[in-house]
Amino acid sequence: MSISRAEVIKIAELARLHFSDAELDEFTAQFQRILDYIEQLKRVNIKGVEPTSHVSLTPDFEKFLFREDEVRPSLPVEESLSNAPDPGEGHFRVPKVL
Amino acid sequence: MNLKSAGEIREAVSQKKASAVEMAKAALARIEAADSVLRAFITVEPERVLARACEVDRLVGRSESNLPLAGVPIAVKDNICTRDLRTTCGSKILEDFIPPYNATAIERLERAGAVVIGKANCDEFAMGSSTENSAFQVTRNPFDLERVAGGSSGGSAVAVATGMAPLALGSETGGSVRQPASFCNVLGLKPTYGRISRYGLVAFASSLDNIGLFATTPRDMAVLLSIIAGRDEHDATSAPVPVPDYAAEIGRSVRGMRLGIPREYFGAGLDLAVKSIIDAALRNAEFLGCELVEVSLPHTEYAIADYYIIAPAEASSNLARYDAVRYGYRVSDPQDLSEMYKRSRSFGFGAEVKRRIMIGTYALSSGYYEAYYGRAMRVRTLIKHDFEKAFEGVDALLTPVSPTPAFRIGEKVDDPLAMYLSDIYTVTANLAGIPALSLPCGFTPQGLPVGLQIMGNQFQEGTVLRLAEAYFQAFPVAPPPLKV
Repeated sequence: MSISRAEVIKIAELARLHFSDAELDEFTAQFQRILDYIEQLKRVNIKGVEPTSHVSLTPDFEKFLFREDEVRPSLPVEESLSNAPDPGEGHFRVPKVL
Repeated sequence: MNLKSAGEIREAVSQKKASAVEMAKAALARIEAADSVLRAFITVEPERVLARACEVDRLVGRSESNLPLAGVPIAVKDNICTRDLRTTCGSKILEDFIPPYNATAIERLERAGAVVIGKANCDEFAMGSSTENSAFQVTRNPFDLERVAGGSSGGSAVAVATGMAPLALGSETGGSVRQPASFCNVLGLKPTYGRISRYGLVAFASSLDNIGLFATTPRDMAVLLSIIAGRDEHDATSAPVPVPDYAAEIGRSVRGMRLGIPREYFGAGLDLAVKSIIDAALRNAEFLGCELVEVSLPHTEYAIADYYIIAPAEASSNLARYDAVRYGYRVSDPQDLSEMYKRSRSFGFGAEVKRRIMIGTYALSSGYYEAYYGRAMRVRTLIKHDFEKAFEGVDALLTPVSPTPAFRIGEKVDDPLAMYLSDIYTVTANLAGIPALSLPCGFTPQGLPVGLQIMGNQFQEGTVLRLAEAYFQAFPVAPPPLKV
């Protein structure tokens, strides 16, 4: 699978990353090498194979997924804001969205 | 400082022959003496450490307390949240992050009387195999200062290898505990996926991440595992499987154990010096009364490609949270929200992290999801089945941990693919979710450590630890002197 510089720019946009021109060139080359290596997965016969997401699911896992909907202590507001770059009064401040 | 085991420290402190404060001071002194060269730690706060040690001494004073890790210093990889103690994940983007909570593993350790001695250096967001991707410093190998400690949990491995702490927590997504353990002559365990709660472990790839353990003896490791393992309601993926007393069973005989030797782990690419040490280790295992059986794990050759789709894909999702809104680095005077996101992330993340986010974003993007991530999840099933089939006939598997001993600092940093290939024997256990341990088993003629990998079936940490203990007692390794 060949990847173009234009496609790399599109992916960067999706990932909310910005690259300089020099970085884009270096990156596109590295990306291509890695993608070339990954291509070998196409050789594997996956017909009828189910995907794995949780690799060690126990048969009774569903019993433990939910709890009663009762209010419990959670992180207080001041602590939630303690690492905020621009804390407001009980909220996070950001530049204008529009 | 004498390399005292966790068990010895715990005995001495519980019986009041030594205090937790003395033990902490000895650990801090060792760090003071050696860490300016080794750079194993990002954050050490001596006052906080001593205050905590005092608290442990007070608890020991109350006769009704039973603290299985009383006064034991423990290093914690810097991607595990420690309340009020800076946690950077080896990244500029979290350089000033102070977690408002403890990881569950930390809560359990502290309830057992352990003393967190400092936050250990690691590759940024656990992405790397050498600790060279840390935004702050490179951790050096204590047996050859021009070589890497391994990664991503390099700092934790070195802390234990050099007597700064008898125990350490690390994390594994593709081998990041076992590989540095094998490079630094200590034991490193990756448990079964879900065995230890991931709550508070900063997420890299959620279906692959594990907290892992470093120790100098199998018994110490068994005690630590029993303390931190177990179902946690804060982590829905944690396993509702009872936690045995791993130390109680550890001395049982291994005579008659069937040990599989997978042929795919002994082929081209395995360094000859490493191979000869591992071959000797296999013969040692036979002396213990174990039976060696050749097995095959046919999808091994696809494991790295499989891993390098799944892990980056999940990472691209997990690292989307670093958007400069609630925490982390924010660029000054952004024009608008979009610029704030892009410039903060681009400046805050290092090259390898950005590379993996990009690969992952691509693999999950519309039109490519099924061809890459969907396919990779199915290949993962096949890799998992390979192990299930093998374990029908054997109790454990023995292989090398790494194809080479510790490589030179700078040697692989410019070739991402070469760096990825160093995980070739370790990623399979993460993909299959099985427990795997690296056990020191010798040194190369150049004086570099080599680790033997013991893999067990899911939730069979007991079997893995028993075999490790039998080998450890029968075939002790005499290391060359540390460089520091």
